Amino acid sequence: MMMDAAGWDALRLSLLVGVTATLLGVPLATWIAWLLARGQFRGKGLLNALVHLPLVLPPVVTGYLLLLTFGRTGPVGQFLENTFGLVLAFRWTGAALAALVMAFPLMVRAIRLAIEAVDPKLEAAARTLGAPSWAVFRTVTLPLILPGILAGAVMGFAKAIGEFGATITFVANIPGQTQTLPSAIYALLQVPGGEGAAATLVLWACVLALGAVALSEWLARRVAARIAGQP
Amino acid sequence: MVGAAGCGADCGPAVSLRVALRHAFDGFGLDVAFTAGPGVTALFGRSGAGKTTVVNAVAGLLRPDHADIALGQTLFDSGTTHLPPNKRRIGYVFQDARLFPHLSVAENLDYAARFGARAKNRDQIVALLGLGDLLGRRPATLSGGQKQRVALGRALLSAPQLLLMDEPLAALDAPRKAEILPYLERLKAESAVPILYVSHALDEVARLADRIVVLDGGRIRADGPVFDVLADPELVPLFGVREAGAILPATVTERAADGLTRLTTSAGDVHLMGVHAAQGDTIRLRVLAQDVMLSRTRPDGLSALNILPVRISHIYKGDGPGVALRLMAGDDPLLARITARALAYLDLSEGDECFAILKASSVAPTAISGAQTAPV
Repeated sequence: MMMDAAGWDALRLSLLVGVTATLLGVPLATWIAWLLARGQFRGKGLLNALVHLPLVLPPVVTGYLLLLTFGRTGPVGQFLENTFGLVLAFRWTGAALAALVMAFPLMVRAIRLAIEAVDPKLEAAARTLGAPSWAVFRTVTLPLILPGILAGAVMGFAKAIGEFGATITFVANIPGQTQTLPSAIYALLQVPGGEGAAATLVLWACVLALGAVALSEWLARRVAARIAGQP
Repeated sequence: MVGAAGCGADCGPAVSLRVALRHAFDGFGLDVAFTAGPGVTALFGRSGAGKTTVVNAVAGLLRPDHADIALGQTLFDSGTTHLPPNKRRIGYVFQDARLFPHLSVAENLDYAARFGARAKNRDQIVALLGLGDLLGRRPATLSGGQKQRVALGRALLSAPQLLLMDEPLAALDAPRKAEILPYLERLKAESAVPILYVSHALDEVARLADRIVVLDGGRIRADGPVFDVLADPELVPLFGVREAGAILPATVTERAADGLTRLTTSAGDVHLMGVHAAQGDTIRLRVLAQDVMLSRTRPDGLSALNILPVRISHIYKGDGPGVALRLMAGDDPLLARITARALAYLDLSEGDECFAILKASSVAPTAISGAQTAPV
């Protein structure tokens, strides 16, 4: 399969963005999912709505809000640049943030469902056996929700490598800098004769998505078999 | 030795559990106070009586509106204190075994050890409960009875100062129940820690309990030695006329060739079939109130072999056609239920001497305990 340097850059960048968004997103999503599933606090409904906002807002709006907040003149963007020297706007890091924000509700939903499926009675039993609450989570809840976390990670990863609207609004479409697979495909389709190169990238996008699903299926089956009693 | 081996012969004086709590639900109020010393204290009541709420409060899994709960010198709950469940040093055996499905049997058993609660006699407990062959298995591959044995072992291996059992047999069928009960009896005989045993099954209570606290609608109806409370005629409506019955301690004195066993009670000998206990053992006979007949004179020419002289100590006339009587058979109370018409015909009143006729077959084998009766 023939692909030019720009194509390889887009593929590499998509993987980098997808992996970064997933690795940062999963622990955070697990924590938020646990709060939503087991926590009892004021503002739970608000937190739930906030998490799900990117799912229902037009992606362009999400991207614009990110630009307002995390852009170089935005409050958080200024703070990050002055304190850590971290610039998000028009960088691959910004693409990762946009992907993370867009993928986050999907991860939280999958993990929250898994946590709600864990019988709280098991956690109560662990408490009576001397486990403090953090240890209950680590030794009982976490191993039991592992399939859900994997599912959330794969959904999030697939969403992250495919994210287009918020990404292009927040970090534009700079080849080698912020041009991920979808934006590269979009750019190729805008010029005459770009269909061939675009088709190659489309194929890669399919391979990545299917590969991620297959990997998660295999991992989930292994975890399920371990719980069911086969070593 | 199970509980006692954890601290050896120089264990301090056995601790007692002190419970006083009030808690309001939707349209239901719980208000109880009792003490559970060494041995088995049964918390008896019909479903919805508030038993599980009490046990969960003792475990710290539920914080009642008002609670004063202490185990020996350790304050669990007061107006200002709420000790978290993981710091209470309790072993809790649930109705559903609640084994961790992602861990092997051995890992389940050693779970408490991860947090520093380690019984010194792991091998003995594993042997006592017959868990040796199960250690490598996953909970999903175990039968209901095996699961409950593992759950019992897991609770014991946390070196608890108090054992809570919430209907540990209720989810099991009769054969599985019969599989677990002997383990519970051995545990009771060898454990030094108080056991709070929640049940709505009188046959389990009759086999295991030393004391019984009877809960009814969130209040305590009776609290005392199990031999006295089960022979209380005023509790017959609550226990149910078919279930009510006293416990008669009896010592096996002779095993005859025809399959009958002679047992000696404080009121005389009885002959029963299906007794598995060895000669010299003291066992508990559960004599159902509806299986006791009364006669003014010693009956003759009757097929029933078990006739004990008794004295009527209390007559309770309920709302129905039946009358419940507490009888003293030697030093031990019996419970009988006859019709009000029969009572009038026999012209019996409190203090009268008469004869109680027990049919040998009226005592089912499962109702006969092989364990020593504890001094009450």
